[in-house]
Amino acid sequence: MSGYVEGILVILLLNVIFAYAVYWPLAAGQLNLGVAGFVGIGAYVSAYASNEFGIPPYIACVGAGFVAFALALVIAVPVLRTKGIYLALATFAFGQVLQSLFLNLEIVGGAAGYPVISYIGVGGIAVCTAAVFLITAFLDRTRFGLNMVAVHDDEAVSDLFGINVRAYQALAFALGAGFAGFGGALYGHHFSYIEPQNYSILFSISIVLFVLLGGTQTVVGPLVGAAFFTLLPEVLRGSEEWRYAIFAVCIIVIMIPRPQGLITSDQLSALRQFLVRDRLREERHG
Amino acid sequence: MLEQQLINGLMLGGIYVLVAVAFTLTIGILNFLNFSIPGIFMLSGVFTWFLLKSGVHWALALAGAIAIGAAASFVVERFTYRWMRSSDHYVPLVSSMGFLILFENLVLVQWGSDLQRVVTPFADLNIRPGSLVISIPQLVSLVLAVCLVAGLQQLLQRTQMGRALRAIAENATTAEILGIGVVSLVPAVFVIGGLFAALGGMLFALNYQQVHPFMGEEVALKGISAMVIGGMGNVWGSVLGGLLIGIVEVLSIHFLNADFVDFTVYGLLLLILFFKPTGLLGASKIVREKF
Repeated sequence: MSGYVEGILVILLLNVIFAYAVYWPLAAGQLNLGVAGFVGIGAYVSAYASNEFGIPPYIACVGAGFVAFALALVIAVPVLRTKGIYLALATFAFGQVLQSLFLNLEIVGGAAGYPVISYIGVGGIAVCTAAVFLITAFLDRTRFGLNMVAVHDDEAVSDLFGINVRAYQALAFALGAGFAGFGGALYGHHFSYIEPQNYSILFSISIVLFVLLGGTQTVVGPLVGAAFFTLLPEVLRGSEEWRYAIFAVCIIVIMIPRPQGLITSDQLSALRQFLVRDRLREERHG
Repeated sequence: MLEQQLINGLMLGGIYVLVAVAFTLTIGILNFLNFSIPGIFMLSGVFTWFLLKSGVHWALALAGAIAIGAAASFVVERFTYRWMRSSDHYVPLVSSMGFLILFENLVLVQWGSDLQRVVTPFADLNIRPGSLVISIPQLVSLVLAVCLVAGLQQLLQRTQMGRALRAIAENATTAEILGIGVVSLVPAVFVIGGLFAALGGMLFALNYQQVHPFMGEEVALKGISAMVIGGMGNVWGSVLGGLLIGIVEVLSIHFLNADFVDFTVYGLLLLILFFKPTGLLGASKIVREKF
């Protein structure tokens, strides 16, 4: 595998993890614009743990994911007092505060950044991404996922049916943050350097963009969105300076016919029905 | 020189006010966080620089820059809100963000990413009461910002169009049933918002004398915070929030250091959201009449 292809592949894999970090809160109807902050938490915690205490990198990464998860559970208490656009803005503000903390924390290098000694290769990241995808796909098919959809569609009715709405919202938020932290930890260990400037609102927004573009109704939507966002600018690389302009036009044009994203649940169930019908017909004739 | 810092903060706040008003209009009336606003702010700033540089008379150059911003905002409406008004509140955010990326990269392709120096005809106009320095263009900007907000308030309160817009803000479907031309009024919201953002961009270019393709982002984030702190959907709230953020920003540079600006400004935003999510200018008022 050439260095170029490997580089793209790593970015793609990490973007898929980040996409699921945004997917879970969105599945419960929350727009998290502070993902970058949790990604940063994961990166710094894991790097500090493996640098200073010699903890093996994979354990440090998973641990950092749990730290981000726990922090999100704590912060969810005040953040979830807000709703809709206010919630999005509260997470935005929280992400900005975290970023300025990273920039000012001298113990991890402040604005100059923080080097990471141990290394995780592309194979390890691929396994971790697969794990995140499988966990998401599994949870989505359990009662947990079903309740999440109910909370997204109608909070009041879900409440009436005995679903603990607040708990599900907090869990969705924290689960997303946990994935974000895990992804951030892997990022730091692969690129061997953490720059606080990376964890800006623009990073959060671009992840949200690819999840919304892929579609939030299904588990594959974020995967498609992440692939689209990572690969399209590379495909357009031939057109050099125009590529991001063309890319932007693609986003605008796609959203007009498909405001719910590229992949919707109707589409998937139509596909499933189509396949099932074929099989039934075969059985009847055969 | 605390007094001088306070003056600088107010002047900076004047720009935030204009951007916050642009955001608050689309949020208040359409419940849509319009992320193309930083792009429109930037377009107008960059065109101020370009038109002044190419020797156009300053009055024409400034009018041209604002017209371009408003026109861009009109185009944004055609391709975003018009198509997605029945979807979740965060869906049109994607395509408005697409426009921000598009505008930034078009300017990047045309003029590159360098910081461009704006040569303005009013650079050295100052008044000096005592030891203070007040730049006249900045003072004019601030006064203009407040006057325009007052004008907008009158437009929303007293005219037929304002009444129609408030009805849409209350409930777009009911407004449509009652015979309000929602489809024809929404572009007006975008153009008015675009005018405010464009004016902000133009004044920023004139006052701080530098433009670049990404100048809108930082200012827009402060503008959004100003909107929330003042009270979303409330135009006077935007004024209060904008000026407050300008002052907080300048004071945290003065007393702490430049690295702490984001910490104090967004920390303040977070606290407001936790304890008074409806902003400083009261909840009941917004709920009852929204403006």
